[in-house]
Amino acid sequence: MRKLLLVLMMLSVPLLQAQEYFPTNTGVKTTKNTTVAFTNAKIYVSPSQIIKKGTLLVKDGKVVNVGKSVRIPKGVKTVDLAGKTIYPSFIDVYSNFGVKKPRRPRSNSRRPQYDAERTGYYWNDHIRPETDASTQFSFDNGKAKQLVKAGFGVVNTHVHDGIVRGNGMLVALNSSSNDAYRILDKRSAQYLSFSKSVLSRQSYPTSRMGAMALLRQMYLDADWYSNGGAKNKDAALEALNNNKNLKQIFEAGSVLDALRADKVGDEFGIQYTILGDGLEFERISDIKATGAHMIVPINFRNAYDVSNPLLAQQISLGDMRRWNQEPSNLAMLSKGGVPFALTTHDLKSVASFHKNLQKAIKRGFDKTKALEALTSVPAKILGRTDIGNLNTGSHANFLITNGDIFDKSTTLFENWVQGDRHVVNDMSIQDITGNYSFSVDGKSFDLAVTGKGAKQKGSLKSGDKKVKSKFNFAAGWINMTINDGGHFTRIVAQPNASGMTGTVYDIHGDEFSFSATKKAMKKKKKDKKKSKKKKDAPVVVAVSYPNIGLGNVTQPKQETILIKNVTVWTSESDGILENTDVLLKDGKIAQIGKNLNARRAKVIDGKGKHLTAGIIDEHSHIAASAINEAGHNSTAEVTIEDVVNPDDINIYRNLAGGVTSIQILHGSANPIGGRSAIVKLKWGENADAMIYDNTPKFIKFALGENVKQSNWGDNNTIRFPQTRMGTEQVFVDYFQRAVEYDKKKKSGQPYRKDIELETLAEIVNKDRFISCHSYVQSEINMLMKVAERFNFNINTFTHILEGYKVADKMKEHGVGGSTFSDWWAYKYEVNDAIPFNAAIMHDAGVTVAINSDDREMSRRLNQEAAKTIKYGGMSELDAWNTVTINPAKLLHIDNRTGSIKVGKDADVVLWSHNPLSIYAKAEKTIIDGKVYFDIDEDMKKRAAIKKEKSQLINMMLAEKMNGGKVQAPRKKILKNFHCDTE
Amino acid sequence: MKKHFIYSLIGLFISVNVMAQQTPAPVQSSAYSIEGATAHLGNGKVIENSLIMFNNGKLTFVGPATNKMARQGTVINAKGKHVYPGFIVPNASLGLAEVDAVRATRDFDEVGPMLPHIRSLIAYNAESKVVESMRPNGVLIAEITPRGGTISGTSSVMQLDAWNWEDAAIKVDNGIHMNWPGSFTRGRWWLGEDPALKPDKNYPKNIQRIKDYFMKAKQYLAGDKSEKNLAYEATQGLFNGSQKLFIHVSGHKEITDAINTAKAVGINNIVIAHGDGADKVADLLIKNNIPVVVDRAHRIPDNEDDDYDLPFRTAKILLDKGITVAIGMEGQMERMNTRNIPFYAGTYAAYGVDKEKAVQMITGNAAKVLGIDDMVGTLEVGKDATLFISKGDALDMRTNILSDAFIQGRKISLETHQTKLWKRYDKKINDK
Repeated sequence: MRKLLLVLMMLSVPLLQAQEYFPTNTGVKTTKNTTVAFTNAKIYVSPSQIIKKGTLLVKDGKVVNVGKSVRIPKGVKTVDLAGKTIYPSFIDVYSNFGVKKPRRPRSNSRRPQYDAERTGYYWNDHIRPETDASTQFSFDNGKAKQLVKAGFGVVNTHVHDGIVRGNGMLVALNSSSNDAYRILDKRSAQYLSFSKSVLSRQSYPTSRMGAMALLRQMYLDADWYSNGGAKNKDAALEALNNNKNLKQIFEAGSVLDALRADKVGDEFGIQYTILGDGLEFERISDIKATGAHMIVPINFRNAYDVSNPLLAQQISLGDMRRWNQEPSNLAMLSKGGVPFALTTHDLKSVASFHKNLQKAIKRGFDKTKALEALTSVPAKILGRTDIGNLNTGSHANFLITNGDIFDKSTTLFENWVQGDRHVVNDMSIQDITGNYSFSVDGKSFDLAVTGKGAKQKGSLKSGDKKVKSKFNFAAGWINMTINDGGHFTRIVAQPNASGMTGTVYDIHGDEFSFSATKKAMKKKKKDKKKSKKKKDAPVVVAVSYPNIGLGNVTQPKQETILIKNVTVWTSESDGILENTDVLLKDGKIAQIGKNLNARRAKVIDGKGKHLTAGIIDEHSHIAASAINEAGHNSTAEVTIEDVVNPDDINIYRNLAGGVTSIQILHGSANPIGGRSAIVKLKWGENADAMIYDNTPKFIKFALGENVKQSNWGDNNTIRFPQTRMGTEQVFVDYFQRAVEYDKKKKSGQPYRKDIELETLAEIVNKDRFISCHSYVQSEINMLMKVAERFNFNINTFTHILEGYKVADKMKEHGVGGSTFSDWWAYKYEVNDAIPFNAAIMHDAGVTVAINSDDREMSRRLNQEAAKTIKYGGMSELDAWNTVTINPAKLLHIDNRTGSIKVGKDADVVLWSHNPLSIYAKAEKTIIDGKVYFDIDEDMKKRAAIKKEKSQLINMMLAEKMNGGKVQAPRKKILKNFHCDTE
Repeated sequence: MKKHFIYSLIGLFISVNVMAQQTPAPVQSSAYSIEGATAHLGNGKVIENSLIMFNNGKLTFVGPATNKMARQGTVINAKGKHVYPGFIVPNASLGLAEVDAVRATRDFDEVGPMLPHIRSLIAYNAESKVVESMRPNGVLIAEITPRGGTISGTSSVMQLDAWNWEDAAIKVDNGIHMNWPGSFTRGRWWLGEDPALKPDKNYPKNIQRIKDYFMKAKQYLAGDKSEKNLAYEATQGLFNGSQKLFIHVSGHKEITDAINTAKAVGINNIVIAHGDGADKVADLLIKNNIPVVVDRAHRIPDNEDDDYDLPFRTAKILLDKGITVAIGMEGQMERMNTRNIPFYAGTYAAYGVDKEKAVQMITGNAAKVLGIDDMVGTLEVGKDATLFISKGDALDMRTNILSDAFIQGRKISLETHQTKLWKRYDKKINDK
């Protein structure tokens, strides 16, 4: 009777919730003021505060009281929850609930669009802080039902579109209520990402680094705007300033992007909460160092279908590993001390949320942490104390279960949101699972009832034989039809203390009384489960850095190394020293000489071998997640340092070719490109550790066909410049503006800080060097003249294929040349490119380097250097300098590396032959005294990869055979970056 | 007077034009003897301190210099130097494009899937600046191959010092080139398809299409040919064995399918180009006498987990299985990089191939693959005097420095557009 009342009360909720001052025409106006008491429950007030046999008092959608001995006022409905557990219901802070993702408007234009489509807003359409999710919100009953079923009570939703996405809103999943009540906050947080809006075709930014630069300039502009610097009105900047005090949530995705987002935030004193991708375990200490709260999806990939070996061999070990390791992400994050919330984002179906969470818990993820990640942490992220707990005054959002919410066997009965009951599984349904025996017409049957709630099922046996039957249990009644070889018997019964009792209707239409006896449960089952669990203890393979086949499980350590009796190519005035010893200590070249001794040094016999400084590639595009920001003709505001990718396998391959340092240059999509990253190839380290300390500042400029978009197709004919004539004017214009900007800045007048002009002013102030992509002599000459007009020098011409035609002018200007050995004929402007270029420039007194611009060529730059001997007759010493000390000079790192000299960094390579010989192999590549490549270790890695692959393939085959879901194999395709790669 | 002026203008024009490219050498009119060099014969053998003599375009003596016989004609003292047969590049496309980015200069890919009648021969630009740049590196012969489609067309073998394509051709229409379909496919992600790699459902259909094509061609050729079919006519040599079928294919399943398909339609003279994974079907290749034209050594490994040096070891892996291997030149920037063929062989040598075997891949083996081994490829009496003298090991860029080169006994120019620019500007810089 009490239950019936409760049901009636719930049915009337929508009526009761009509806004109090709204007129009503459908009945008697009542108010919602019922109090409900839940007694005898185990109550999780918060993940850490648990009350056994406690009482929860709820009124008006809020918790009125909670505790062990709560006085229940008179006239209050009481629900006895003995044996049941109450949890605060869950919160999803990253959702698109009730908000549709905008669609890209149709466009017939194939021409690029450089300007913003909107006026009165920011200059870039992808900055949309004025977006207000609540204006597009429509409560989605279907989705709400799914989420409520999974235990969620509140979601934070927003418009998933654009780089700045405006404010999101906090919604209680109360389908019994209306927006006037269930929207908890219309301005709950501001959302950001690196992805452009689909609502605009504006090109900029085309790259990750462009998005980062845009965010920086936007923050600067917002500040300047709020200080009254602008003459115009800008609705976007106003909105941004208005959203400043909201929580800032950033959709980053990958670990690298999470670190990038955090970096931008830190520069402006903003701590973003960051959405990850579930692979945070791959760089856990870096994630921890961000200090950010993470939002982590648990969308675990299915095993790959490896039954076809020809297909299976295409899957990289890294991808296989991720299948194996992913479910351990939460345990590892939690052990690593990273605070995080969980989200259903990325899940194809909300229903898989608990299944995946259970998998994670099996891998050692603590249940209390799991509860925190679904309640207190998301509440904290949103800065709210009234959700995610059941303290007095909090929203009455809670779950009723019959046990541990994270156990597979537990049933979630009800999910109360704002004091409104949502039934997931009917609590009133009795649990009749168990084994029963009965007999009908002298024949004995065994009945086994399994399942949960309304889905309890019975199966029938007679002796060892299965008997066909239909079983139904609803509203307290069991209805069973037995089909015994075409003879039908029907039973109607109810459960009682000893089993069941009721009536049998037999084949003749006769009625008998029916009773079934419940058998005692066997205890053995539990033990079996336990032993099975132990057997199934999942094997998790080791994480390496980076987490791919050739990554390092342990990072190389700095060693004291003595290389004896080796032929030393010093790249200094000493030339080649035969039979010499070199001592590496504390990361430096400590001693060079004969018969050296050093205590505790690792001694390497260098007899018959050659030791050189590590190769330096002045022009590389490996180890980067982006190369070109092609959205503007000048992008001095972007920097490759933002997008260094330490996970690129080409780092390892370059090490195997004796390369130790590279300049990662921006591409040549525009006359003024982005800033460089100068890095050491410290395989396994993170991006920051790879970038030089106190790195010299460089920027990429470019000339010729690429910047005038000659080979971009017929649609790309509108961006200035389209000719070499226009290219000059781009430079003059920007430098002129930079000079004026710098003057204003130094004068102390208020000015709008402009990152692009700041960078260009550094060039004019000789604080940043230009490496300019160049081919034909006219434009090479032009750029030198432009620089001279602004009283600075070009540092390097890179490619510089017609450098030989103006080598004398280059010498006079003081610019270096970094060229290809023998590439030509791929474009019209390299028609006169000749392999003798290096030799002629060298003869003219220009500092000459040989570069790669290519991930394949870079791993054998020693061979490319040797071509200068064939073409133009350079000496072996001069040839070798083109890939060691000369590029070091061009990069202003020659005081640290590039030659074998006491005091310099221990960046050296041990070669099997004369390093210029085609037969030479790098055997050891050492950076800062750490061995990053060793030809013998490489052989061990090959064996380890083979072993681990077959181990994982076996595990995946087992998964498939055991009925697990599998996905088609995928081949990882690595992007091949060149100058003109977008 | 005026007329005279015009003639001299024309004359000037012609001479400037001629000067722009290197003039092909005239037919050999007197004998040469090269003495004292280390001779790499192209068949895996070496003669230290050798004597090589040739006349009328043919080798007349190849042996040790200790032989007391009379030296014929001009004697070149090559002591300390090395002599090689001219390097030969199968599966190249020299002369079919000049500047990659300029569409007007691209002539290697015709429209259509089945084009056996397309002939590279007639599009070959004998005056190409890219072609002449081969010679200073010892690359003297190449198979000029059309690209694209399923059956790309018919190739011809050219020597690289000629006035025109007729002079250049040393074996006209030597082979037909076919790109074998892949058995796997990836979804087009840009159309919203799943990017996963999966078996191509159309693979059996694509094979059937090829089979049907050749069966129809065969039927046609056996018939009365009352109505001419140009494409089918062009396949005749495949069935009578006078032409080779070059199947461009990788993957051991695909290679097996390709060979079985060709044999099933009665084509037995087969060459595999690319051939990644050919080591796994070595027995099939050897049984059917099928050589493999591998790609350049300077490639990036295909998969992230591959050994960094896997592309450097391709040749060694196949040679160890007993397969005949040559090195081809298909892919990115293939034409300008064809001159690096000796260094690909050198890299293969650095990673396990015996040095003379490495030379053989780009001489004797390449000639065999192209069906020109009766004329060139090795230094043997009676064969063409197509050879060169290098300062040192021609597989190493430090020492691949040519002093003389001969094609059919003709002493060819080693000057190029590039050397001329070098000389002009070197003079400008160094004579200052």
